[in-house]
Amino acid sequence: MARAVTQRRKTFNTALAWAVGLVIFFPILWTILTSFKTEGDAIAYPPKFLFFDWTLENYSIVQDRSDYMRYLWNSVIIAGGSTLLGIIVAVPAAWSMAFVPSKRTKDILMWMLSTKMLPAVGVLYPIYLMFIKLGLLDTRTGLVIVLMLINLPIIVWMLYTYFKEIPGEILEAARMDGATLREEILYILTPMAIPGIASTVLLNVILAWNEAFWTLNLTAAKAGPLTAFIASYSSPEGLFYAKLSAASTMAIAPILILGWFSQKQLVRGLTFGAVK
Amino acid sequence: MYLRNALCAVSALSLFAAGAATAENIVIATVNNGDMIRMQGLTDDFTAKTGHTVEWVTLEENVLRQRVTTDITTKGGQFDIMTIGMYETPIWGKNGWLVPLNDLSADYDVADILPAMAGGLSYEGTLYAAPFYGESSMVMYRTDLMEKAGLSMPEAPTWDFIRQAAAAMTDRANDINGICLRGKAGWGEGGAFITAMSNSFGARWFDMDWKPTFDSEAWLNTLTFFKGMMDESGPAGYATNGFNENLSLFQQGKCGMWIDATVAASFVTNPNDSTVADSVGFALAPDNGLGKRSNWLWAWALAIPAGTQKEAAAKQFVEWATSKGYIELVASKEGWANVPPGARTSLYENPDYQAVPFAKMTLDSILSANPNSPTVDEVPYVGVQFAAIPEFAGIATDVSQEFSAAYAGQQTVEEALAKAQAIATDAMEAAGY
Repeated sequence: MARAVTQRRKTFNTALAWAVGLVIFFPILWTILTSFKTEGDAIAYPPKFLFFDWTLENYSIVQDRSDYMRYLWNSVIIAGGSTLLGIIVAVPAAWSMAFVPSKRTKDILMWMLSTKMLPAVGVLYPIYLMFIKLGLLDTRTGLVIVLMLINLPIIVWMLYTYFKEIPGEILEAARMDGATLREEILYILTPMAIPGIASTVLLNVILAWNEAFWTLNLTAAKAGPLTAFIASYSSPEGLFYAKLSAASTMAIAPILILGWFSQKQLVRGLTFGAVK
Repeated sequence: MYLRNALCAVSALSLFAAGAATAENIVIATVNNGDMIRMQGLTDDFTAKTGHTVEWVTLEENVLRQRVTTDITTKGGQFDIMTIGMYETPIWGKNGWLVPLNDLSADYDVADILPAMAGGLSYEGTLYAAPFYGESSMVMYRTDLMEKAGLSMPEAPTWDFIRQAAAAMTDRANDINGICLRGKAGWGEGGAFITAMSNSFGARWFDMDWKPTFDSEAWLNTLTFFKGMMDESGPAGYATNGFNENLSLFQQGKCGMWIDATVAASFVTNPNDSTVADSVGFALAPDNGLGKRSNWLWAWALAIPAGTQKEAAAKQFVEWATSKGYIELVASKEGWANVPPGARTSLYENPDYQAVPFAKMTLDSILSANPNSPTVDEVPYVGVQFAAIPEFAGIATDVSQEFSAAYAGQQTVEEALAKAQAIATDAMEAAGY
């Protein structure tokens, strides 16, 4: 009897999870469906769900008008580069805060997080002027640096949380065996924190991939990533919904595929240390 | 004849050679709309003639505005040509941020630019941006529904007639709204419409001392009339409808009338997109008998930021893209209905273009808008649906949010106007007016 109740609850929970998942996924599904419609069908009321004339015309137009591969490559470099640089800077920082805390560690962590509360537009002009001086406008290098700095508080916080879950005694043992600081971080700490580092990397790749303020404001013709690609199909005067949907689908496809293949690692990392 | 051909060939070759000798790559920031995208597709013609290559940065209108403003105010130098509107041009020209276009070639024929456009894109008589296309606003209406309602649209209707016709055409059972208008917040969306409409009701943004006038009876009448008419005959949720939402409704046959940008005429009469393409009529934007109509004036224009290293090549592009030759090039490839409208007088003298159904009404609408005298009472600013001062965009965005809240029933018209007066007064005082 008890088993039947558990089974019913399981079924209910599964159905609920699917329903919530579908609600969350629906905007993306609708974008994908709209990308296969004509502009007329895209604005039809009542909306057409599946029964419309499917067409690839929007993809063809987008491909003709824009150099998708250039935008994609820029996105890969910028998201990948900023995340890699961020991890290199954040691992030692998180290590020191987790294992050699001072009385100001908590304050420093809070201060780092507080920088995320600053509206980006408030520092647009200073950063733009600095970029002019340094010749970094419309360069991938510039964006790698800016996105790394923006996401650094999150990376440090995430790594700090994961590192805190690792018993300090293990590191002490390594030190007693003669491990240097570099060896301790590289060969003891990092392998143990791989799930946490992996989920931090994935989350930051997603954040950098989707970042649409700095990537639009600091680029022009050369370094624009996929966010600039999408922005070029949005218009308040003229119907571009189907083309915009095609561009959006092309822009999110790589990150969706990456997320799909790494979901196990992502979930493992995010729940790392949740149950002791 | 041979001699003339030979001379033509030599001059064409020398033009190409001159261009090729100093071939440049110019970067152009532009908006995403049909005419601009068409221009991008025809850029090969420019490259073939001059040797210069072009890179495009296409952005949504509001993103573009922020992007180019950041670049020009910091002298970032990311763009050699910027697509800007009538609002920015005189302000940027006054600040010395744009290259004056006072030395364009004789072939270009500056005098052919429609005076209203040239006036709106100049500062103290100097042209700072060349109009790529221009627009006003007008009434687009369903001829079949108008006939069914037993009414006939005058060429120059009044607001009272529009309200009466809207009520008569409304058929809620068949989901037909008598009239669709912009109510969406934003200075370029609902803010532009209500400002142009207020001109015909005798209202104005500022008096001659730069004091806001939302406490006037003219503004109360404007908003009360707009909300009353839209509540009676407008679509549900009109407070959030902008150009695209109304275009979509009209194309699907759900609007009896739509008062909006003249460029929409080519969209609603295109049978590929519009279900009502063969039953659309046009009329001037309405008035109230006070001497000013409710149509606006706008142009998307090409300007060259001061300090660009490629000024000569940029000027060549501006001349090419806004020339008579470009219009003919588009006509030869896409037909006369698709040429960029509203910029040149000669276009409206062309018999081929005169055959386009909305050509005459577009021209009449443009000619009836005067940015230098937009209102019934005198004002200290230039601009029909805006006041060409840097503070306007911010103030008008906030004010239009209050108006949209009133349309949505979240506050009364009186409350919206009181808040608008306070917002505008505070901002103008802070700006030192």
